Amino acid sequence: MKPALELKNITTLVNPGTSEEKQILKNLSLTLEAGDFVTLLGTNGAGKSTLLNVINGSLKPTMGKVILGDKDLTNLSEVKRATYISQVFQDPKVGTAPRMTVAENLLLALKRGQKRRLRLRNLRSHLAEFEELTAQLPNNLSERLHTFTGNLSGGQRQTLSFLMATITKPDILLLDEHTAALDPNTSSQLLKLTNDVVTKENLTCLMITHRLQDALRYGNRVIILNEGQVVLDTRDKEHLTEEKILTYFAN
Amino acid sequence: MNLIVSAIGQGLLWGLLGLGLFLTFRILKFPDMTVEGTFPFGACVCVALITNGVSPILATVMSFVAGLLTGLTTGLLYTKGKIPILLAGILVMTGIYSINLHVLGKATVGLLNEKTLLTSSFMKSLPTNFPSVVLGLILVSVIIFFLALFLNTDLGQAYIATGDNPLMARALGINTDNMEILGLMISNGLIGLCGGLIAQNDGYADVNMGVGTIVIGLAAIIIGEVAYGELSLTARLVAVILGSIFYRFVLLIVLKLGFSSNDFKLLASLILALCLMLPLLERKFSLAKILKKGVQKP
Repeated sequence: MKPALELKNITTLVNPGTSEEKQILKNLSLTLEAGDFVTLLGTNGAGKSTLLNVINGSLKPTMGKVILGDKDLTNLSEVKRATYISQVFQDPKVGTAPRMTVAENLLLALKRGQKRRLRLRNLRSHLAEFEELTAQLPNNLSERLHTFTGNLSGGQRQTLSFLMATITKPDILLLDEHTAALDPNTSSQLLKLTNDVVTKENLTCLMITHRLQDALRYGNRVIILNEGQVVLDTRDKEHLTEEKILTYFAN
Repeated sequence: MNLIVSAIGQGLLWGLLGLGLFLTFRILKFPDMTVEGTFPFGACVCVALITNGVSPILATVMSFVAGLLTGLTTGLLYTKGKIPILLAGILVMTGIYSINLHVLGKATVGLLNEKTLLTSSFMKSLPTNFPSVVLGLILVSVIIFFLALFLNTDLGQAYIATGDNPLMARALGINTDNMEILGLMISNGLIGLCGGLIAQNDGYADVNMGVGTIVIGLAAIIIGEVAYGELSLTARLVAVILGSIFYRFVLLIVLKLGFSSNDFKLLASLILALCLMLPLLERKFSLAKILKKGVQKP
């Protein structure tokens, strides 16, 4: 079976051709199998976010290829890749449109990657579906379908962002520390939800986190980046401990 | 009475400018200066066509098309040329001035004895100043209907999302560049149309008639918002038109107070500045409380 996602010899440069030139990712290769739930660890500046940006298309690698299934995405724009890839960002403000209601946001997400036509949006016919979907979530989102998301709490917004990223099943789900800005309680709630959905829907997911215990508890595979290279890539989580992980950080 | 009817007619016609500006200023949060070039462009195109014997309906449609083109130009400069939106608008606005002179042939051209939308036999059967009210009402209703419809389509929602959160919009596969260009085109199209209508209503086009139009459009939007507060999107479109009419009433009062029309632009700016500061003033002096209970002694 073909792997879900292949990164081949990815190198990214910032300020190329100047004295400030710096390599962020260094000849990095990575393969995700379908259904992989990867937790991605690494110090600040190790290249985790850059890696996500290379995958989602907001950053073009200086060298290397991004291949999804049998499609070469390398030259596809971020907008075009949205058909296959969805993402939840760290900042709750980034994932939702503040002056649109929860239901309107969900409707936008339902059509992720589709052509937006001059056809009436038909919000009403989707309301029952949205209510059902949000009823299973924490934070009482189902009672707030007609609230502007700008008036929601950070936790509610982030839960909504997660639902928006998964409402249409993506080929790859990217999570960039999506619970880091939340209080511990809300954060663990959302992580549990994340784990449930990713496992149940058998999503291929790459999750950046800074919390080692989360990396150990969730997912089937741990990858650690350091200075733009993969220093650990293991599915053997039984023998992995926080102390062991930290040795890869030190360097 | 006559003056009030005239103010309503003017307010309705100028309201189209407010609607156009609403699409960029409020939805995309763009300060689109193209407006000041688009408005006279629409007027000049319309007048030049009418004086050359083209039917007023076609000439009016062409003033809309002229606006589409200026919007497209600004949109391309902004999205593909990566020029900041404020500067892109100013560049187009400045460039159009020369084009307007070419289109018109000289600085001012009148429409005396020419056929316009306001001189048909039906319009002539109406009392003075009523033709502009009738024309304004028809156009405003039709345009608000279609705008509201558009904003409720998948495309319209993608357009609103682009203005609200471009980062999210792109992540959901919405081509924000195209949305911005589309918005600028429709917006300037309406503004060009407004220019064409005002030229027919006032009976002339002048290459300098764009000066200060952005303030008039913003005044309509802001006055409407100050007067009506939180509204649904469609109701906000109507509020813009009402704001535009209120603004004409304010000008009428100012005129009655004995100010000369030379002072209009200064007064317009003052009125707009005041309206923009109103939320701040309200908080600072708890105006609502004072209005309700009167000033309390310390």
